[in-house]
Amino acid sequence: MTDLTDLTVAEIRDGFRAGDFSAREVAEGFNANVAAARALNAFIVETPDKALEAADAADKAKAAGETLGALAGVPIGMKDLFCTEGTQTTAASHMLEGFVPTYESTVSGKLWAAGAGMLGKLNLDQFAMGSSNETSYFGNVISPWRRGGGDNAALAPGGSSGGSSSAISARLCPAATGTDTGGSIRQPAAFTGISGIKPTYGRCSRWGIVAFASSLDQAGPMARTVRDNAILLEVMSGFDPKDSTSLDLAVPQWEAGLSSDLRGKTVGIPKEYRPDGLNAEISAMWDRGIAWLKDAGAEVVEVSLPHTKYALPTYYIIAPAEASSNLARYDGVRYGQRDLPDGAGLQDMYAATRAAGFGPEVKRRIMIGTYVLSAGFYDAYYTQAQKVRALIARDFEQAFEKCDLLLTPTAPSASFALGEKQADPLAMYLNDVFTVPASLAGLPAMAVPGGLDSAGLPIGLQIIGKALDEQTVLNASLAIEERAGFTARPEKWW
Amino acid sequence: MSIDLQTVKKIASLSRISVTDAEAEAMVPEINNILGWVEQLGEVDVTGVQPMTAVIPNHQRLRDDVITDGDVRDKVLANAPQAEHGFFAVPKVIE
Amino acid sequence: MTESTYRIQGATGEWEVVIGLEVHAQVTSNAKLFSGAATAFGAEPNTQVSLVDAAMPGMLPVPNMECIRQAVRTGMAIDAQINKWSRFDRKNYFYADLPQGYQISQLYHPIVGEGQIEIVLDEKNPDASKKVIGVERIHVEQDAGKLMHDQHPTSSYVDLNRSGVALMEIVSKPDMRSPAEAGAYLSKLRTILRYVGSCDGNMDQGSMRADVNVSVRKPGEEFGTRTETKNVNSVRFVMAVVEHEANRQVDVLEAGGKIVQETRLYDPDRNETRSMRSKEDAHDYRYFPDPDLLPLELDDAFLEACRQSLPELPDAKRARYEGDLGLSAYNAATLTADADTARWFEALLTEGARIQKKSEGDVAKASANWLLSELYGALNRIGKSLEDSPVSPEEGAELLALVADGTISGTIAKQVFEIMLETGEKPGRIVEEKGLKQTSDTGAIEAAVAKVLADNGDKVEQYRGGKEALFGFFVGQTMKAMQGKANPQVVNELVKKGLG
Repeated sequence: MTDLTDLTVAEIRDGFRAGDFSAREVAEGFNANVAAARALNAFIVETPDKALEAADAADKAKAAGETLGALAGVPIGMKDLFCTEGTQTTAASHMLEGFVPTYESTVSGKLWAAGAGMLGKLNLDQFAMGSSNETSYFGNVISPWRRGGGDNAALAPGGSSGGSSSAISARLCPAATGTDTGGSIRQPAAFTGISGIKPTYGRCSRWGIVAFASSLDQAGPMARTVRDNAILLEVMSGFDPKDSTSLDLAVPQWEAGLSSDLRGKTVGIPKEYRPDGLNAEISAMWDRGIAWLKDAGAEVVEVSLPHTKYALPTYYIIAPAEASSNLARYDGVRYGQRDLPDGAGLQDMYAATRAAGFGPEVKRRIMIGTYVLSAGFYDAYYTQAQKVRALIARDFEQAFEKCDLLLTPTAPSASFALGEKQADPLAMYLNDVFTVPASLAGLPAMAVPGGLDSAGLPIGLQIIGKALDEQTVLNASLAIEERAGFTARPEKWW
Repeated sequence: MSIDLQTVKKIASLSRISVTDAEAEAMVPEINNILGWVEQLGEVDVTGVQPMTAVIPNHQRLRDDVITDGDVRDKVLANAPQAEHGFFAVPKVIE
Repeated sequence: MTESTYRIQGATGEWEVVIGLEVHAQVTSNAKLFSGAATAFGAEPNTQVSLVDAAMPGMLPVPNMECIRQAVRTGMAIDAQINKWSRFDRKNYFYADLPQGYQISQLYHPIVGEGQIEIVLDEKNPDASKKVIGVERIHVEQDAGKLMHDQHPTSSYVDLNRSGVALMEIVSKPDMRSPAEAGAYLSKLRTILRYVGSCDGNMDQGSMRADVNVSVRKPGEEFGTRTETKNVNSVRFVMAVVEHEANRQVDVLEAGGKIVQETRLYDPDRNETRSMRSKEDAHDYRYFPDPDLLPLELDDAFLEACRQSLPELPDAKRARYEGDLGLSAYNAATLTADADTARWFEALLTEGARIQKKSEGDVAKASANWLLSELYGALNRIGKSLEDSPVSPEEGAELLALVADGTISGTIAKQVFEIMLETGEKPGRIVEEKGLKQTSDTGAIEAAVAKVLADNGDKVEQYRGGKEALFGFFVGQTMKAMQGKANPQVVNELVKKGLG
């Protein structure tokens, strides 16, 4: 009998409906994998009972002949940035340790309503700030992948959705939620050989997701296949009147619309994404991607996104500025950590609480954000950044006059060893060089695995689409998936 | 622009994050590095460019004036480090 | 337009006072600005708080249309520019009454731009004392929660019921030059808000409060450094703050000191302001556009609907009362100073015109006089307001109609009114039951006159001898004999005839 934890979301959904296995068997299988993989530190909280509860409900509904939800029988992992009613939600910070929301985020609520069960809350970079999952208060997440040749160095699963990427590639869950502010779904997906899509800004409600940078944060799914991403995204998306930035649009039937036939589509190759010194294996993978899309019937043209080099600096003004304000609510008054030194007044309590509750990277970004918004500097930094951001968005608009989608690398390298880049924040920030521009412009973008590098580590490709055109993004990713034939999986060592 | 120890301490204070002198000193070069790097934005010609306001064209919806929420004091206070008599409690503030 | 002559006499000469007011007015709405929690005053602590108001992680704001609509209507009522494109900004600071760590406000693009309010300094002579005060802007923002310091020896308690309630901040230009002008401006603004219905104007409940900016200068010189006295909650206190603060500043300057730009607090018990330096610690609010909200774009249909919904405003109403209804300037001003009074008066007028089958103009003077003297006098006496007056406009109109058609005399009307106040009975019924109808029956009156003249032969002699002042005595005696029910005109005629 096949191991149920090797199945994709679509396979679990269909097999459960066909009666090949029960939802409980699936949940038990994944619960066992989760319990056996603590060495990866992918979960902050495991919730096997929740997974079983949803599975039993699915089995019962099926037995009673009731209409089944889109994800009935499918257990998933939930990034610990989504507030879950009755289950601790921490954003991987000490600040929120012990915080048990009395409410459910819109996106997680939609998933549960569709029949999905929760395997647990997945580790991440603290407040989603990081690209290697090394900033979590609850410890690093370890990638299940290792370099070949007996190199046992612990590798980064990417970040900030590192718990999600690690857990999916290690078969601890068939799919998980992620959030993406500057690449936090796509870069970890690329590092671990899975797929993940950040939809158009406004597709998924941000209500109930711990905020990092409001104008950039978007939830999205992560899974092993493009189809699975389409299935989850359909459930997660949709208008939410509780989020002012939510798009009031019907959710397309992305799964039904999947097609890897790209005839009539034009793929743009942005020349600025191939700087001097680009990693040769990344560059070669990109060329292979171009060939695959041509093979799928697409035409390929070179396009220019002239302000690409300014995307990262723009991001590192806007995201910290928004974060410095969004994280002001963590003050030790209404929830979470409180540090009250002897004889401390209110303002001392704030400073002590926040010093103890936030990790170094979070503090760094809050302070940078505070600085760029402060009197005398606001226009030079923040206003200038929002203008450059408008130019970056305009670059995309102009490129999309010549093409329907863009193909780029997802990350400038394959996964690196934990600790390798931690000392230098700037080197870490550069990881997001290919993912940040689409975030700034709010465009849908997907990471899909392309193959392994010479060290045996996954490297991926990124498809960026026009606003609201997730279908083309999914279809082009599917064309790559079919041609890449990526079946590699990490050898179990944990 | 380069910031000094004094400025780092001022930012920390504005951010309500207490820092030791050693921590503040360590932050000076870190923050300067990052600020030095983002300052390359200054070279972009933004003449006539409006700052971005909404990434995807969308308009602000307005709610109807209906009471749909509140009366959930237990939920509001459930996670409070210190709640007494239906209030949040904080160290005494002298105004 | 008049120039203020208010001056402070200092040792070094005359000083002029320059005043600007920032008024925070709570918008009348059922729910809060960005959440669905209720706004009602006086609820149990933290019971009118949503998870949004408590700034729980991941909570997001969605604006209340009514609050936007009320700000726009208020702007229209002061002839202000309405900005079809505005935006919310975050004002960042840490305080226990501010759960988000920022207040959502509007700095860079307020919803309402420049407008103006006309004030009158002497109601008896309105044309001679008009002045236009400029309004810089109106923006919409969140109120903060409330801190209580007296409940516990070492803790302050936080109640978030007010957190997120919508406020309009109405910022005047520094156009006022005396305590009286500041008081008149605030009163007028409150009148307008109440007419529009955008704020209840209840200063004692904190629905309206003013930050008072004061500076002094030698006439003709540049503006001096100003101080801001926060949260002053009555017209009287605003005037007191201006007076006190201006004198304090003159004293400081004349002693060779300098005015520090600072926030001050007014202590009504001691009638003085004092510095709040503790709150001054290097505020840097780091305003930036709230990324959780989109720009607010108002379309023409929305603006037109706001305009259509505006009532007749105080200035227009007052002009109409004077012009169309022929009321005195003073009566017109008094009746329009308050939306409730004007509403009561107009109900009285409408009903009076209807039952007397006359135009409103024909019944206006008598109605105004009765309301302002008889009714107000009575309400004052029994300690009630117009709102809970025991006599309704309909009953008042009925009473006035009884006088107008000669059924009762003015004297009897006063008696009837007293009975109405006591018993709540309708005037017609009181007149009927107590037999107070006035008589024009010349026979009965002639008999009474004859008796009075007969009983007072000596006085008749004196009258005929030239002491004409005695005429009133005979009329009075006749009325008395008729128990007040005789038509005074008929009595006059018959007395004259009898004395012939």
